[in-house]
Amino acid sequence: MSTLEIKDLHVSIDTEQGTKEILKGVSLTIRTGETHAIMGPNGSGKSTLASTIAGHPRYNVTSGTITLDGEDVLAMSVDERARAGLFLAMQYPVEVPGVSMTNFLRTAKTAIDGEAPKLRTWTKDVKAAMAQLRIDADFTQRNVNEGFSGGEKKRVEILQLELFKPKFAILDETDSGLDVDALKVVSEGVNRAHAEGKMGTLLITHYTRILRYIKPEFVHVFVDGQVVEEGGPELADRLEEEGYDRYATGAGAATIAAASAAAQA
Amino acid sequence: MTDITTEKARIGAPSAQPFINGFTEEGESLSPVNAAASKAPLAGEAVKRHSHGGGVGIPDSSRAGRLTSYKLADFKPLTGMEEDWRFTPLKRLRGLHTEVLNGAAPSVSVTAPDSVTVETVGRDDRRIGSAAIPEDRVSANAWENFTEATVITVPAEVQVDGEVSVLLTGQGTEASALHVVIVAEKFSKAVVVLDHQGTAVVSENIEILVEDGAQLTVISLQEWNDDAVHASSQQAKLGRDAKFKHIVVSLGGDLVRVTPSARFTAPGAEVELFGLYFADAGQHLEQRLFVDHAVANCKSNVLYKGALQGRNAHTVWVGDVLIRKEAEGTDTYEANRNLVLTDGARADSVPNLEIETGLIAGAGHASATGRFDDQHLFYLMARGIPEEVARRLVVRGFLNEIIQQIKVPAIEDRLTAAVERELAATNH
Ligand SMILES: Nc1ncnc2c1ncn2[C@@H]1O[C@H](COP(=O)(O)OP(=O)(O)OP(=O)(O)O)[C@@H](O)[C@H]1O
Ligand SMILES: [Mg+2]
Repeated sequence: MSTLEIKDLHVSIDTEQGTKEILKGVSLTIRTGETHAIMGPNGSGKSTLASTIAGHPRYNVTSGTITLDGEDVLAMSVDERARAGLFLAMQYPVEVPGVSMTNFLRTAKTAIDGEAPKLRTWTKDVKAAMAQLRIDADFTQRNVNEGFSGGEKKRVEILQLELFKPKFAILDETDSGLDVDALKVVSEGVNRAHAEGKMGTLLITHYTRILRYIKPEFVHVFVDGQVVEEGGPELADRLEEEGYDRYATGAGAATIAAASAAAQA
Repeated sequence: MTDITTEKARIGAPSAQPFINGFTEEGESLSPVNAAASKAPLAGEAVKRHSHGGGVGIPDSSRAGRLTSYKLADFKPLTGMEEDWRFTPLKRLRGLHTEVLNGAAPSVSVTAPDSVTVETVGRDDRRIGSAAIPEDRVSANAWENFTEATVITVPAEVQVDGEVSVLLTGQGTEASALHVVIVAEKFSKAVVVLDHQGTAVVSENIEILVEDGAQLTVISLQEWNDDAVHASSQQAKLGRDAKFKHIVVSLGGDLVRVTPSARFTAPGAEVELFGLYFADAGQHLEQRLFVDHAVANCKSNVLYKGALQGRNAHTVWVGDVLIRKEAEGTDTYEANRNLVLTDGARADSVPNLEIETGLIAGAGHASATGRFDDQHLFYLMARGIPEEVARRLVVRGFLNEIIQQIKVPAIEDRLTAAVERELAATNH
């Protein structure tokens, strides 16, 4: 079993107006086999948390720690983190010109596993995974994400999740922009990856509808760069009805966050 | 050599330039310096009048009206404002446009199967001028100054196994002139590789005659040393049902300007023009091509791809395709794609498609310049791919489309390795 532990994480970015603090002390512990949902309004810092875990250099960690089985994740480069078993399904997957999906998938798999996959079985695995996610076979010939629709990009993120078999998957709004059918297909993909019991999931979402397909054990409410409330799946239902309005931002939120951080520690 | 920062901290750092994800920048990019002087016709703009053949042309906006002459004196001294010189840094031509080109020309050594005839001839040989006439001052300067020419003939109906390899080795930095004639006689088939190496300051005229039913591939490799300056006019004339494939690969040299052209003289012929260039810091690599659909029912397909990295790496691609009134049933497509790997590099790309008849099978053009930026790098690295591998992956994939057109395994391997070396240069 593995553990991803985030402790009192403070993150800021440099803007033209100066330094802006976005995460204001986030603590979170995920173990393999668990699914955690993070819900919160626009701009609350959900993507910032995801990108910081993945190592996007735009985000500066000013204090706090992230560890994977005790190893200092913050000391690792972006590619090292991926090879250590962290996977970020991005909210806005990037189009990469000049690189075919085939070439990309094989190169990434080789990097992650430390050896090239056996060509025969690999090609079969890719085909099968694509079929399950209802991705056309000819996508392998296309350049990474180039010209893919929003929904197609999300499916291709989950395709990678299934093929790369990370220890921890962070899904940043993988559900947004998907119609119901696509949402089901994508959720099934996540559940398959999860079913093997070797993955922990951090599911970032705005909406509860994906939670009908992917069942979290834990729900964390994110407001203004902090976790303001934590609970089980029932918390998601309450959010659906009540929205985020009842979470005051500012001092009150900070107090709750500090309390929950203390509780986790 | 370059000033590119590759440490991880830069990934995703705010860039001075806005990100352009993928190839979203359609259209052309004109040099701001002398864009105003440009009157290049854009797609679909019809042309009123043209003159061709030898002698003096009408300097109007149409490619058809361009001056052509064997005499240097017919061309005015260059100012840099001319439509076809507006992107070229004349100062770096090292006299190719002003000096008498009497320096030692690159040595020419031809390795060819016995079935191919290789001759060294004087200026008065009847084959000189059979396929080409200079279209600019630098080309005319070479024409006026070359002393002997190499003529390579693939006799009628001969199918050459293996390639004809022409090694052109620079002899130093004195401005010089070079002349090569390649004749593919009726129904012959051959691949000719022009391999430019070493240091030279040279203006070169390559005449290519592809007779009826012949199939010829000419590959021109510019792997010069860093200090070379090279202007190369490569003009092909195609007979009935001829097939001509031309591949330009420019990697080395301070300034390399290749101007390939293909002229159809009888129906049923096809040309494919491919190009690959990779400009490093400070390099100027220019390619200006011309396809002259002067007769009916011919086909042309053009694809040039370029990568750029480093400060003041500059590439220019201008693709002139002219479909004359007589050229009914023409089918043509031209595209240029550039991949900018770092800040400070600049790719100019100008497709010009002139159509004088509506009775064509197809005509199209595309131009796109994309950036390999920090977001791409982040995405690939977030999938476990180390930075260097990521960079190589992108460039290799991008340029491979052209390399695989070469179909001479030894050269494909050599160019793949050369591209890797270009990429490795960023890490210095
Ligand atoms: N690169 C950036 N430059 C400027 N501001 C940024 C940048 N990245 C994030 N921010 C700001 O940080 C805050 C948190 O953004 P983030 O994207 O993490 O929110 P989010 O919770 O993921 O929102 P959404 O639900 O809309 O995806 C926002 O106010 C956002 O504007
Ligand atoms: Mg977000």
